Amino acid sequence: MTELPDMLAAGPEIFLAVMGMVLMMVGVFSSEKRALGIVSGLAVASLVVTLASVVWMADGRIVAFSGLFLTDSFAVFMKTLVLLGAVLVLIMSENYIQREGMARFEFPVLVIYATVGMMMMISANDLISLYIGLELQSLSLYVLAAFQRDRGRSSEAGLKYFVLGALSSCLLLYGCSLIYGFTGTTQFEALAVLFTGKESAASPGLVVGIVFLSAGLAFKVSAVPFHMWTPDVYEGAPTPVTAFFAVAPKIAAIALFLRVMLEPFGGLIDEWRQIIVLISVASMVLGAFAAVAQRNIKRLMAYSSIGHVGYALVGLASGSEAGLRGVLIYMAIYLVMNVGAFACILCMQINGRMVEQIDDLAGSAKSHPMMALGILVFMFSLAGIPPMAGFFGKFFIFTAAIEAELYTLAIIGVVSSVVGAFYYLRIVKIVYFDDLLEPFDKPIGRSLGTIMTLSGVVTILFFLYPAPILDSASIAAAALFPG
Amino acid sequence: MLEIGLSHYLTVAAILFTLGLFGIFLNRKNIIIILMSIELMLLAVNINLVAFSAHLNDLMGQIFAMFILTVAAAEAAIGLAILVVYYRNRGSIEVEDINVMKG
Repeated sequence: MTELPDMLAAGPEIFLAVMGMVLMMVGVFSSEKRALGIVSGLAVASLVVTLASVVWMADGRIVAFSGLFLTDSFAVFMKTLVLLGAVLVLIMSENYIQREGMARFEFPVLVIYATVGMMMMISANDLISLYIGLELQSLSLYVLAAFQRDRGRSSEAGLKYFVLGALSSCLLLYGCSLIYGFTGTTQFEALAVLFTGKESAASPGLVVGIVFLSAGLAFKVSAVPFHMWTPDVYEGAPTPVTAFFAVAPKIAAIALFLRVMLEPFGGLIDEWRQIIVLISVASMVLGAFAAVAQRNIKRLMAYSSIGHVGYALVGLASGSEAGLRGVLIYMAIYLVMNVGAFACILCMQINGRMVEQIDDLAGSAKSHPMMALGILVFMFSLAGIPPMAGFFGKFFIFTAAIEAELYTLAIIGVVSSVVGAFYYLRIVKIVYFDDLLEPFDKPIGRSLGTIMTLSGVVTILFFLYPAPILDSASIAAAALFPG
Repeated sequence: MLEIGLSHYLTVAAILFTLGLFGIFLNRKNIIIILMSIELMLLAVNINLVAFSAHLNDLMGQIFAMFILTVAAAEAAIGLAILVVYYRNRGSIEVEDINVMKG
């Protein structure tokens, strides 16, 4: 019999899953016109309650459900980021989904289920719960990508995402089956024990399994060479969904990647470090160079996120507590600046129609000075220019890489971030110095404005008061490196 | 008399998995075939897991296989639903026609 305290560790997840079902019922039984408003309000409220309970129930390391599920301060940190991302995206998307003919109450419900899946991924302590969490997240995201079902682009994005996502799940599973076969266990803790000894050389079958598993995970974080789905899906999916893709699932997948590599396979770091270094270099370089030619802003953000994943993996490659702490700080800052940047992108509409070309931004500083200032701040931060928050994210990661004596990796990272600065700054130049063609619609909506201001202020003023994020990242990083 | 052991099962699973992989990448005709290839790969994983489970005398692999079967059903349902939506917009499910956005 499972006793109640055992389940309590998963309280936030259970609550959110139950709320998902409740909201579905609420949506069905309320009148068609009001359903979306009620359901998205309640969805935001239940995500906030979940966030509060995650933070409030944070209580060291608890293993529940016979070792399938685990909460520790690392999980709490990552879940906080994911839930914040989900809440902000839901608030931002309210206007958009009313306007663009996707006003159906299933949207917030799907976001909730995807979030439950991400929380499961972050808390996974076993290959089985890893897979279930990953699939719950992915299945909801496939539907979200195809949510504008009367648009060809959106359904094409959904289809591509589905095919490549399912393929990556298969790779991941094949890896899991090999790992299970060659070690005889699926539990992370048991795996970690197997690889702690000095003489524990991994068998070839196990190495193949780990390669398959990390290929599947690299797919989910969209690292090169498994990135091909990202630009198409980001471009085709409705803009709020793209914003969601860029923050929450990416953070959750990075968290999963970190946990799997450092906890069960931490003893095998010499075996997997080469793979991570390779993936990371390829992502940083591709993210920097491929984005230069893009005309569509959502596509550009896709390449930008590929590049950012590359930087985050530099921290993983260093394999130290400092590196992990760097990744955690990076993800927190990445969340803030990406939410802000997408709030700006959601303002890009002319005569009630969304536009997505970078050239449409021309001269918008004259008609929308505040939004232009927002774009300036977020682009500077994404490029990593001090004193914006993005600079500190990169700073901690590259410091950790240098401490781990990965000099080449750090140099390639810095060079590609300089190349990347070119296309971010080009956007700022287009906004401020090009001639105004057609102004964007005037009222941008209170919620978008608030989110833009908030994330802008955090991005600019991070250097004045970085202690909360730095401290909680240190505590979270220590959870994966006991002793 | 040939004894059928673990390595035979693993070989069959590896062959099925590779067939599925090639089915996705080499197929230029129809998206339904891609869905079938995905199922094939998932079933190859299941063979692997059950074979290992029998070999190791440990139930975990079979439990894992049950979970995969369940999720695969949901995955196929969602894939077909997206495919139907796509067909309504485009009027075709040929792989070569999926090209509105290019990278």
